[in-house]
Amino acid sequence: MIVAKQKDLEVIVGMLQGYERILVLGCGTCTAICLTGGDREVGILASSLRLADKVSGKNRLLKEHTVERQCEWEFLDEINDQVKEVDAILSLGCGVGVQAISERFPDIPVLPGLDTLFMGMPQEESVWVERCSGCGNCILDKTAGICPVTRCTKGLLNGPCGGTNNGKCEVDPEKDCAWTLIYQRLEKQGKLELFDEYHPPRNFQAVVRPGRFTIK
Amino acid sequence: MTSENQFEPEIIAFSCHYCAYAAADLAGIMRLQYPTNIKLIKLPCSGTVDILHILNAFEQGADGVFVAGCLRGGCHFVEGNNRAERRIERAKDILDKVGLGKDRLEMFFMSSSEGPRFAEVAREMTDRIRKLGPSPIRGV
Amino acid sequence: MAESFRDVLNSGKFVITSEIGPPKGTNLEKTLHHIDLLKDKVDALNVTDNQSSVMRYPSLGGCILIKERGGEAILQMTCRDRNRLALQADILFAYTRGIRNILCLTGDSIPVGDHKEAKGVFDLESVQLIRMVRTMESGTDIGGNELNGAIEFYPGAIVTPEANPIEPQLHKFKKKVAAGAEFFQTQAVYDLGNFRNFMQYARQFNVKILAGIVLLVSARMAKFMNDNVPGIFVPQELIDELAGVEKGKGLQKGVEIAARMIRTIKDESICDGVHIMAIGKEEIVPEILAIAGL
Repeated sequence: MIVAKQKDLEVIVGMLQGYERILVLGCGTCTAICLTGGDREVGILASSLRLADKVSGKNRLLKEHTVERQCEWEFLDEINDQVKEVDAILSLGCGVGVQAISERFPDIPVLPGLDTLFMGMPQEESVWVERCSGCGNCILDKTAGICPVTRCTKGLLNGPCGGTNNGKCEVDPEKDCAWTLIYQRLEKQGKLELFDEYHPPRNFQAVVRPGRFTIK
Repeated sequence: MTSENQFEPEIIAFSCHYCAYAAADLAGIMRLQYPTNIKLIKLPCSGTVDILHILNAFEQGADGVFVAGCLRGGCHFVEGNNRAERRIERAKDILDKVGLGKDRLEMFFMSSSEGPRFAEVAREMTDRIRKLGPSPIRGV
Repeated sequence: MAESFRDVLNSGKFVITSEIGPPKGTNLEKTLHHIDLLKDKVDALNVTDNQSSVMRYPSLGGCILIKERGGEAILQMTCRDRNRLALQADILFAYTRGIRNILCLTGDSIPVGDHKEAKGVFDLESVQLIRMVRTMESGTDIGGNELNGAIEFYPGAIVTPEANPIEPQLHKFKKKVAAGAEFFQTQAVYDLGNFRNFMQYARQFNVKILAGIVLLVSARMAKFMNDNVPGIFVPQELIDELAGVEKGKGLQKGVEIAARMIRTIKDESICDGVHIMAIGKEEIVPEILAIAGL
């Protein structure tokens, strides 16, 4: 899933300056699951914005709606009518969602209410962790299912650096050293010979920006 | 200022069925005096309070809100009061940012046998909100 | 022509290297002074490459200064700040300026340095960098294109003998050897027992090892390094020894400890030499060497 966090309320308030009729639009997929962009968050954000408006003597239209998925046009049809009534859409989807909406409704400004962080998964209550960088060249078969491109802060392909610190990373003692994890799991699986395999420099042509994929 | 023209705040108290609500009941049975500004809303657990409930109360003109749950470690649903406390933290942050101020919201912990504590909390909140004055969005 | 660093190491002589930290800015006075002070007392001088991710005068520039003043330079090259094109270009340039030794490093992480918001490049890492040097020596760049004029280097790498856990480090060490590293300078070692264990493992490979000696100046510094620097372990006896001296004598005790360690390593032929990192106290290196009897 895609993990995103809400921008500071002050930033959102600033972004919305000059707009009088705003649709706060949630996404019921990834950002709903990471508790930053679903139905509930749309309610809280719209209510916060209304309170801020009232405190400063404004009275703007703040509509609320959440679609199943912002990143597919089929799911955006249901807001056709609402879009006609507003002069801006504040999206609580990821960066893909914001762009899908703005491609679908190119005449109306679509503003990002979130900062998109990474592709990851929930680890424990209220904690999400990054797991994939979408590098286009998966080597998880060689690294015991632990991605060093993503989970090593330097993205090293050939083992740990000297900054490995009792199994943690030099940049953040909260984070595990990916290569220590890989070593331990390969050892457990009896596949340590994979650790000694040389990985050549990454092929950055595996995904050429902007990525495009056609299924055959 | 005489008591006649004193500002009378409206305060919403989201109260847990298992503690604060029962404590309020007890305060009544004990005939304890506490301000009548408090409007009680019974919750099955303080953990069921949503930030949205709190914000809606303010949107509708409340001058103050408090949430009262069980003593720490004493939640009937184990974790409910801790969850409520975290939501209150976030709601306080929002209130600060929208210009209402975090002090209009508070979380209290008490047990069902603490009638006097409920009365004390009611007085404390009423005094606090009186000092802060009416919510700036009252009547907007 | 003077003996190359490779020849010196292969001669069986106990080898001494030290390092120069270039300035933040263009005032080279101190750097030149340190080069002049050390160039004839050690077999080669490393120049750090934006050490600890702190932007400074470049390693390449420092190495050229050493060459100009008649010293032997070891170009430290990290993969943090340059992609494979820039790394190769710098290597070509270094070769044309007479630099023949290169220490291939991954580089510290960006957030430990003074430009925390920068992009860490890491297009390559240490093992791949060593291979890249070897590939370029064969006459092509790593894109497979022919070079008009190849290079020849003596490539080295680093190893952390006191990393915890040690096993993954040993495997990485093996990978660096397989990639073509010929000499190793180690992270600071203080516990010679641990270091002997490491050498037992390392001896199976045909590479030269220089033990890292970092000057301790106080018990506080020792404790700080134990708590904050990954892969460094100062044993309690050394901390006690430093704590035992009267105020103001810490540095002197540190010099004594460093000299003693160097002496022991040499006398017991634990490894092939030492790499002395005085970190800001370069002035004191000749004294350490004198006390060590070198």
